[in-house]
Amino acid sequence: MQLKFQVKGMDFSRAGQAATKIKKALQLAGMDPATMRKAIIIAYEAEMNIVIHAYHGTLTANITPHKVEIIAEDVGPGIPDIPLAMQEGYSTAPPHIREMGFGAGMGLPNIKKSADELDIQSEVNKGTKLWAAVFNN
Amino acid sequence: MHVIKKMLNADVLCGADLLDTEVTCGFGCDLISDSLCFARPGCLLLTGLTNVQIIRLAEMVEARAIVFVRGKKPGEDVIKLAREKGLPLLATDLFLFESCGILYQAGLRSS
Repeated sequence: MQLKFQVKGMDFSRAGQAATKIKKALQLAGMDPATMRKAIIIAYEAEMNIVIHAYHGTLTANITPHKVEIIAEDVGPGIPDIPLAMQEGYSTAPPHIREMGFGAGMGLPNIKKSADELDIQSEVNKGTKLWAAVFNN
Repeated sequence: MHVIKKMLNADVLCGADLLDTEVTCGFGCDLISDSLCFARPGCLLLTGLTNVQIIRLAEMVEARAIVFVRGKKPGEDVIKLAREKGLPLLATDLFLFESCGILYQAGLRSS
């Protein structure tokens, strides 16, 4: 099963809706709770990364009995230094984003912790593609 | 949750009819990412964050209710969304630390 959502940059009123829908689909599919939890963390953080940092993008979930793939593709500023962005606490989010409880620099580290496999490709001034997989053991 | 309301001297912003349900644990935090990773299903979420994201977050982690601390109160749009989701919202003037301390002493454990 594939679910695909459009995500708009800075649209905080709708942010998180895509991840919520992915969660519901995983619940309906009877996914193992631990797998579901990891997939949801990835989906939510990836969705918020598009909302906070990019202009627009898509969030896709490919769900099979053995694996959940989350793919976040955006058009945006890109990530100049991916290893730096993977460090806990490193954030480029502005103060007004932090006041909302985001921008603690835990998005990508949380995705990394939750994913069994992860690939991030980014080009400055073009955008970022994140691919993550969680295996259903 | 009636007991929690009393102990924290909290106002009920919505979901007064849902206070009969029990919470299994508590989690206090002002960061969305940490709440997402550490809050457990059935928990009581204590926070100073009042934007709409906290409601979506609560839905995602299956929190049973939210207590807003430090006298913070969310806007009408946030309360409306919580009502739609069947999520009780409470508000207390106590700080996060005090609120958690009172509930911990009463036997509520961490998420």
